[in-house]
Amino acid sequence: MNAVIDNLPLYLQGFGVTLSLFFIGGISAMILGTIVAAMRISPVAGFRGAAVVYTEALRNTPLTLVFIFFVSVLPQLAPRLPYFASACVALALYTAPFVAEALRSGVNGVPIGQAEAARSLGMGFGQALTLVIFPQAFRMVIPPMVNVFVALAKNTSVAGGFFVAELFQRGKGLANTNGDSVIPILFGVAFFYLVITIPLGIVSSRLEKRWVVAR
Amino acid sequence: MGGGPVSSNVLFDSPGPKARRRSLIFSIIALVVVAVIVFWAILTLAAPRLSSGIKLPGSFDPSRWDIFSDPRVWRDIGLGVLATLEAAAVASVLALAVGVAFSLLRTSVFPWVRIPATVVLEFFRGMPVLLIMLFILLVSSFGTFWAVVLGLAVYNGAIIGEILRAGIASLPRGQQEAGLSLGLTRLQTKSFIEYPQAFRQMLPVIVAQLVVLLKDTSLGYIVGYSEIIRTTMTEMLAFHGDRYKFSLYIITLVIYLGVNLSVSAFARRLARRRPAR
Repeated sequence: MNAVIDNLPLYLQGFGVTLSLFFIGGISAMILGTIVAAMRISPVAGFRGAAVVYTEALRNTPLTLVFIFFVSVLPQLAPRLPYFASACVALALYTAPFVAEALRSGVNGVPIGQAEAARSLGMGFGQALTLVIFPQAFRMVIPPMVNVFVALAKNTSVAGGFFVAELFQRGKGLANTNGDSVIPILFGVAFFYLVITIPLGIVSSRLEKRWVVAR
Repeated sequence: MGGGPVSSNVLFDSPGPKARRRSLIFSIIALVVVAVIVFWAILTLAAPRLSSGIKLPGSFDPSRWDIFSDPRVWRDIGLGVLATLEAAAVASVLALAVGVAFSLLRTSVFPWVRIPATVVLEFFRGMPVLLIMLFILLVSSFGTFWAVVLGLAVYNGAIIGEILRAGIASLPRGQQEAGLSLGLTRLQTKSFIEYPQAFRQMLPVIVAQLVVLLKDTSLGYIVGYSEIIRTTMTEMLAFHGDRYKFSLYIITLVIYLGVNLSVSAFARRLARRRPAR
């Protein structure tokens, strides 16, 4: 227990890096994922095809391989990014297809009459999507979307294997230097991950109750 | 396709000549953009590079792919694939067992069983698999294979437990009542009536989770288990030299995509074949 308290500053530094990976990666994934979802249901066949290829490729590649690409293979192509930036890019690119799939399932869950009503009012594809479909889809999407973000929070730990000093790597380092108290140290790391994942779960079930009733 | 999902055909009119032309133009633009990026990537890859004073030939130069004519290289890659599949297979079986155990405990009628089981399950669901693996690796002396396998089994077991619980909750109440009224015990009702149905109903979701498990064996790369990525990107790279990095990466990626896409296709077929109830 002392080992945890003595090293609290290190934990907090690692937790800060984990949080910034989570927020930067999450927001980028959200933006990219929304674009991919819109492409996937768009009238333009070329966009649809590109979105499908991207989604399928990234969903079937392990995150570790995505990281290896940005940390070790890409520097052969382009100037090397800092490790933290590579980690954010890898997390965002990996998470975006999952965001897109969650959104798409939400769009498919909106009753077809809503789309018909929007179209019969003369709205085009863009208007129907942004004014009628997405606002409703976002609500239905909350539970699967929160799951995507919980997965993202846990996936930030992979960055620790690729030279980013986030929570997992700090914990690993501390466990190495304090061989006699490995168990409390790792439980300390676990605690900080739960600080992110458990509130997300609670928020999700609250929002679900409040918003799903609203329609 | 009338009455299908929203995204199928309601959001836009079936395109007329003008819209078709516009759509074609956009498609061509998208194609050109993708082609330019691919072309640029190929050009950059093919160009020779100066790396710390040594001139490396371009990535498509035969001298950077020649190891793949050696059958011993393919034997090494095959061993890596086997190591990945072995870990995934053992972990899947264990995860299913852990999942059944978790869902049994979580739906127990005794609060002193149910509540601790819920807490433990939520704990594991909120953990990164990597941390569970590291914990097993450092605290036990099982070695890296079992650290990967047990980490995956516990984590995915917790998730499969929740899936099974949802499956049981979705069954009509009459199923359990009928079982109990026939004089079966609670455990008998669960194992002969509820679980077989829940399992069937949730099979596509469970298989999807097992695909995730297969992908997560790649975390062995970080904890030091020689699965396919560690075999190619660390061990074979060190043995054959840095100039094979790109070719080894491409081979690894192709193998992973091949395995995962075929397992996912199998999962989709399974989902379609599910009998309508």
